[in-house]
Amino acid sequence: MSAAPDFLDRRGWAWFLAIGGLLTVAVPLLNAAPAADSALRLPDYLIPLFGKYACYAILALSLDLIWGYAGILSLGHGAFFALGGYAMGMYLMRQIGTRGVYANATLPDFMVFLNWKQLPWYWYGFDHFVFAALMVAVVPGILAFVFGWFAFRSRITGVYFSIITQALTYALLLAFFRNDMGFGGNNGLTDFKDVLGFDVHEQSTRRALYVVSVIAMGGAFLACRAIVASKLGRVMLALRDAEARVRFLGYSAEHAKLFAFTVSAVLAGIGGALYVPQVGIINPSEFSPANSIEIAIWVAVGGRGTLVGALLGAVAVNMLKSWLTGAVPEAWLFVLGGLFVLATLVFPRGLAGLAQQLKTLRRPLPAVGAGKLAK
Amino acid sequence: MTAMASPSAPLLYLDGVTVSFDGFKALNGLSFMVERGELRSVIGPNGAGKTTMMDVITGKTKPDEGEVFFDGTVDLTRLDESEIANLGIGRKFQKPTVFENLTVFENLELAQKCPRGNWHTLLATLTGTQRDAIDRTLETIGLSGREGALAGALSHGQKQWLEIGMLLIQDQQILLLDEPVAGMTDHETSLTAELILSLAGERTLIVVEHDMEFVRNLGARVTVLHEGSVLADGTIEHVQNQPAVIDVYLGR
Repeated sequence: MSAAPDFLDRRGWAWFLAIGGLLTVAVPLLNAAPAADSALRLPDYLIPLFGKYACYAILALSLDLIWGYAGILSLGHGAFFALGGYAMGMYLMRQIGTRGVYANATLPDFMVFLNWKQLPWYWYGFDHFVFAALMVAVVPGILAFVFGWFAFRSRITGVYFSIITQALTYALLLAFFRNDMGFGGNNGLTDFKDVLGFDVHEQSTRRALYVVSVIAMGGAFLACRAIVASKLGRVMLALRDAEARVRFLGYSAEHAKLFAFTVSAVLAGIGGALYVPQVGIINPSEFSPANSIEIAIWVAVGGRGTLVGALLGAVAVNMLKSWLTGAVPEAWLFVLGGLFVLATLVFPRGLAGLAQQLKTLRRPLPAVGAGKLAK
Repeated sequence: MTAMASPSAPLLYLDGVTVSFDGFKALNGLSFMVERGELRSVIGPNGAGKTTMMDVITGKTKPDEGEVFFDGTVDLTRLDESEIANLGIGRKFQKPTVFENLTVFENLELAQKCPRGNWHTLLATLTGTQRDAIDRTLETIGLSGREGALAGALSHGQKQWLEIGMLLIQDQQILLLDEPVAGMTDHETSLTAELILSLAGERTLIVVEHDMEFVRNLGARVTVLHEGSVLADGTIEHVQNQPAVIDVYLGR
């Protein structure tokens, strides 16, 4: 009796645990256990790459929560991801200590280079992991709350909202480029040594970061699923379809949107924080408007309004990107654009809806055509 | 007006309400009153201001001038749509507006009277009593057995009923019905008239309609709007015999 999704049933849990187990146990084992020359061994470079995909998947989930369910298309979600990443990057910078090029105990290298004498106040506290972890969620959350409060209260919707979110991320891009902002300017934050006392370059640390990312992805999925399966999730769907009706039913459209937008930004920030130690750098290019548009493409390709689709889309598009930017780099942007066109015109329900779409296509078609399509 | 709550205060009071859009006066000094439990029909040619009047009452449009009071003391011009809805003023749109991608049951669930805050809706679970109330409403609006259907799959008339059902389960005191029988078959129209008549007295209803036969069947007091103000007011026979009304509306 439900058009809106339910929380996981027994079958859903079985799938969730099976895939979760495979990703968190089998993948690291295949990297750690077999001998280095064994054919079974998963190459070392794949672990941080898979970890990166998991972070992108969290980001895609966060966008799908607001776009796919509440109909709010943010084209600036990369900003929340990057802010979470910077918060983590600041912690990692503080962990370098005297091991930097200038061996300065109180200042990161780039500040020494800029001839700064003392640590800016907003770097205080980032020596402590717990504080940094808190900021990973709080900074994107507060920005989303304040930005959303003004935007939703002014009833900015649809394409206008998308445009101002692009402006938001572009403004942050320009700000973070500036050296005097104190975030490393153009170069960003890099040269990390260790996280919680573990060397970030060690394969065991990379495996641990990968596992934490996959667990965070699973947690983000469950959180989003719980929200969309709640009555609030149905209010979000209702907002997407008929916002005025929701208001006349006595719901505050602003409050519901603000909740979804803030939760979404926090998730994006967590994704960014896990991303940074695995790629080893965070710089202003993460704020670039094109990055944020790409997130929307992952979600569209995967299947908007299905959380599984967001996961699939983020992983599939990024795997394709990893391979193609190596094999035929100049083709990548055309393929990305082509995918978006295809997802819009040919398979609007994305990868997640593809099986169902093929099934309905197959019925009215003669057997020969159906065989071809099914492939 | 020095509004005081008193048993005799009209439930809904509009005085001198003017709304202009780019110089066009959609409402022009409109004064309109409805008593508690009354059933009122509002008619008028296109552009007479019927829908704008509903927009003003429900907070969608703020008047340039004039007063709008609910229950004698509540100034509706200061509240937004959701606050007004929570006072007990419900509205059915001219074009049936239901949540097409949710089921009939879910549409009623969202409309059902209960706390509207985010935390309440996030943690809400449906109680047996609430489920029963939804079942009863389904029966009232003739959609029993269709609760699992997507609202988008309903016929036009059924969507109209679902939307009325949503106002009922929301337990609104005032129901503003904008063209409730547009696009309905004759049979559906007479069922709707029965439903509306059965609600009168218990709730306050304002029905905007073009279908004169339907308005006649309701047998309620009729207010005729023209160019944003009241042209005539009284029984249907009374207003139909007014030369001014015949000129602008019925005579055409």
